[in-house]
Amino acid sequence: MTQLTPLNPPDRSGGGNGARLLDVRGLGVSYRMGRRWLRALREFNLQLDAGQVVGIVGESGSGKSTAALALMHYLSANGRIDGGDLRFLGEDMLAMGAADLRRLWARHIKLVPQNAGAALNPSIKVGRQVAEALKAAEGIEGAKADQQVIASFRAVNLVDPAQVAERYPHELSGGMQQRVAIAMALMCQPDLLILDEPTTGLDVTTEAVILDLLRSLISGQGAGVLYITHNLGVVAQLCQRVVVLYAGEIMEEAPVAQLFARPRHPYTLGLLSSLPKAGQRKAHSRLQTIPGNPPDLRSVGQGCVYVERCPLAIEMCRAQKPPLEEVEPGRLARCFRWQDVDAFSGESPSRPDGSPLGRMASSGDSSPRPDGGGEGGQSGESPPRPDGSPLGRMASSGDSSPRPDGGTEGDILNAEGLTKHFPVPRDLVDLLRGRKPWPIRAVDGVDLRLRQGQTLGLVGESGSGKTTLARIIIGLEARSGGRLELFGADIQGGLRARQQDLLSQVQMVFQNPQNSLNPYRSVRQTLCRPLVKLRGLSAKSAEDQAVQLLEAVNLRADYADRYPDELSGGEKQRVAIARAFASQPSLVICDEPVSALDVSVQSAVLNLLADLQDEHGSACLFISHNLSVVGYLADVIAVMYLGQIVEIASADALFRAPSHPYTEALLAAIPTPDPSQRSQRILLADDLPSAQNLPSGCRFHTRCPRNIGEICGRDAPPWRETGAGQGIRCHIPLDELAGATPPPAPPRQDEEGM
Amino acid sequence: MTFLTNIHRLLRVLLWQPQSAIGTLLVAFFFFLALFGGQLAPYPNANDQSHDARVSPTLDIGSLQLGAHPFGTDRLGRDVYSRVILGANSIFRIAGLGTVISVVLGSALGMAMGYRGDWLDELLGRVIDALLAIPALLLALVMVGIIRNLDFQINSWQAALADEVTLLVIAILYIPVVARVARSAALDIKTREFVAAAEIRGESSAFIIFREILPSAIPALVVEASLRFSYAIFLVASLGFLGFGAPPPSPDWGLMVNENRGGFYRLTPWALEFPALAIALLVIGVNLMSDGIRRAVQKGGA
Repeated sequence: MTQLTPLNPPDRSGGGNGARLLDVRGLGVSYRMGRRWLRALREFNLQLDAGQVVGIVGESGSGKSTAALALMHYLSANGRIDGGDLRFLGEDMLAMGAADLRRLWARHIKLVPQNAGAALNPSIKVGRQVAEALKAAEGIEGAKADQQVIASFRAVNLVDPAQVAERYPHELSGGMQQRVAIAMALMCQPDLLILDEPTTGLDVTTEAVILDLLRSLISGQGAGVLYITHNLGVVAQLCQRVVVLYAGEIMEEAPVAQLFARPRHPYTLGLLSSLPKAGQRKAHSRLQTIPGNPPDLRSVGQGCVYVERCPLAIEMCRAQKPPLEEVEPGRLARCFRWQDVDAFSGESPSRPDGSPLGRMASSGDSSPRPDGGGEGGQSGESPPRPDGSPLGRMASSGDSSPRPDGGTEGDILNAEGLTKHFPVPRDLVDLLRGRKPWPIRAVDGVDLRLRQGQTLGLVGESGSGKTTLARIIIGLEARSGGRLELFGADIQGGLRARQQDLLSQVQMVFQNPQNSLNPYRSVRQTLCRPLVKLRGLSAKSAEDQAVQLLEAVNLRADYADRYPDELSGGEKQRVAIARAFASQPSLVICDEPVSALDVSVQSAVLNLLADLQDEHGSACLFISHNLSVVGYLADVIAVMYLGQIVEIASADALFRAPSHPYTEALLAAIPTPDPSQRSQRILLADDLPSAQNLPSGCRFHTRCPRNIGEICGRDAPPWRETGAGQGIRCHIPLDELAGATPPPAPPRQDEEGM
Repeated sequence: MTFLTNIHRLLRVLLWQPQSAIGTLLVAFFFFLALFGGQLAPYPNANDQSHDARVSPTLDIGSLQLGAHPFGTDRLGRDVYSRVILGANSIFRIAGLGTVISVVLGSALGMAMGYRGDWLDELLGRVIDALLAIPALLLALVMVGIIRNLDFQINSWQAALADEVTLLVIAILYIPVVARVARSAALDIKTREFVAAAEIRGESSAFIIFREILPSAIPALVVEASLRFSYAIFLVASLGFLGFGAPPPSPDWGLMVNENRGGFYRLTPWALEFPALAIALLVIGVNLMSDGIRRAVQKGGA
């Protein structure tokens, strides 16, 4: 096609020749499912100019990835474009042939995929893969191409780029793979860059670095950027305009600051409100939720797609679909009642602050829960708390926590020096040299105590040993050393050696709802088994009890006959939670229970956990990489790094004044869902060192932004108590650590809200 | 998700695709012959030599006439049509039962190995690897040869067992094959979190293996079973042909092919061709069906 020539050199002025970079109107996409077509994307509109960064947010199944692929006119074999208009620099992309499209993709439109590890060819060195892209786009080969590849690797801050180019994808960490993918996309200076959840699989610390990198690269390139994500925080940090997708339709489109300040669609309002806000605690307020589940695309009717979950829905919303109309200059919303969204967010004073985010009514859950320190009103099951204040459970006052040491009455869990070393099999070289390889020290000397009714949050990057620690405590993993006491009794041996009574006292909620329920068991069977096995109920009374458990997790009784594949992710996790609480445990270990769930479902599950825990008086070990979630649920937070606990502090203290440099970095890495707080971050260079080859001295010294010199690399830092049961593992004097805080831009809101 | 709906869905998928539908119908046809062969065959006595020898087939496809001896008679005056129909029974009994035994025992063994994953798994795994290194037919011949040469008292249980030597050989031969498949399925499934949930409930190993892991492994095992069945049919026919299967007067298809090859083929080609055709059709049918089963299982994921 000869019309493509004017694209080269690309017109970066965005409309110099009158044509928009990207102009999409009324685009629809369907997927073939068996014999019918599912309309995954409907009436999609988007205008994008060069230099703009537009975010597309939506939950899983909202059609955001479909939108990304459709905008490239690159759909899977079972997809088709239903109609609409798709223009790139004025050219009709839908009318282009395969060869022209391929030329467009090679040179002008680039996609950074979600999972770079899977997108890179595992059998080709990354340098060559990137060079191939260069050859396809510009026909550059040989030494010149190699130079450009290395330059592009340098641009994405890959350390030692020449050496990275010689490696295979599996030899790179997830963050490095993502950088390679970004380098590949940016190298040809595309006009349009589409980023499909580029940081979703990464740790917060890595995510922060990649986001920072993207921000600087994007501003330098002048390309139009589409950023697709489910993470509102990322959008707030990076984008200028936001498109909110729900069930395949645009709900709202607005400049980022206005969207976050005054959402015009109830769905946007719901999404923003359901995020746990930094500093928000379960004892003060419940999380806001969006009731229900996203609609099944097969049964989308003529009304508004959000009507079933909308607190503002009226008759008209069911009868006809609201149009996407301009509600303010530059703002679009698909809602009949957009004018009432403001008023609605104001009318329910669940929190006394003026933030619009704190105001949406908690309409989701039916089970009542006393707010704001109403601990006294609990039913009899709740154990007596050492002192009245809900936050004081972890209090420093002597009477409530008789430290130091000697088994306290209320101690449910007492671990000392827990270690888990996974042996590494000898390879031939080791065998010949007669040496034994270092074991992987997944958990390396952890002291932990947990009192009745207390919630301990455990945070750290992936690979820090959180899950291994939990598995040791529950008995799924044998420990290599240390002492473990549960309910005052010393625990020896594995799960098989544990008495029935102990088994019923410690239960676990797993990370992946997809895998945590047996697909061949009905919900009833799943719930009855622990009731019969651990509580010794008869089959009959177990069935009754199972229905009660379902009610307790806010599921209707008829869910008992469903199988896991008939449940949504959030529903599965509710059943898994019900199963864990079936034996009325005193300690529940939650391993990332909400990380696989969508934002709108996550908050309801967190509320549920808090309720059940309160009701049963259970203690909880809550593992998460998401600090704001941990901050909401936990009384005490332990921060783990490479198998060690580097800081333990009460949740309040930790968020107010994080002291350990690693904690600071973790907190700073959270992308704040507030465009006005584009925080200056504490960026951690490099990736987590290997647990097989631990750094000498302080394990964090290789990445520590506050390294004070030789001592950090030489001596292991001492554990220094900062209060009862609290402490820090660092060489920097305590008063200096405290004095240096708060960090440059703490990602938390103060009491006045956002 | 229940067993019946699974069967129902499996059948629907099987009959939807033309290839697997043909295969399934072929297998169903032969299975029908195996069940009711005694009633369907015009001469239910397989060794009935009362007919004229070497009669040409009277089957006339054009006018759909069967005639007195549709597939002719062999050199001893036995009706080939009846013998082919009667032969379906033994092949289904030997191959089918042999497969069932090997799948049941092999699955149990493999699941236990995969779930435990300790020194026992390591040991048995090596033994299985060694067994699989020997060609199946060779191993079968050796086993049959040994058992045949043992002297048993007439009417003792050992003698009864020796009569079923082909069936036993198939069962023993395929146990390690199935065990390996079951083991790898168990290795995968045991890492799922519902297994950990069962462990922290204090369930016994047997409960975890059979109630938690097995249901998820059944799709893989069904595919393997159908594959084993097709190999078993082939093996039964091969052993019969080599003279290591059923003893002479029995209407074994492989044996019939063997008895009528060489110089006899020129005299009565039909006595060889029809049982050979039966073997071919059944093997093709089972293969098409197991292909369909594999597709159905992979598509449905259950």
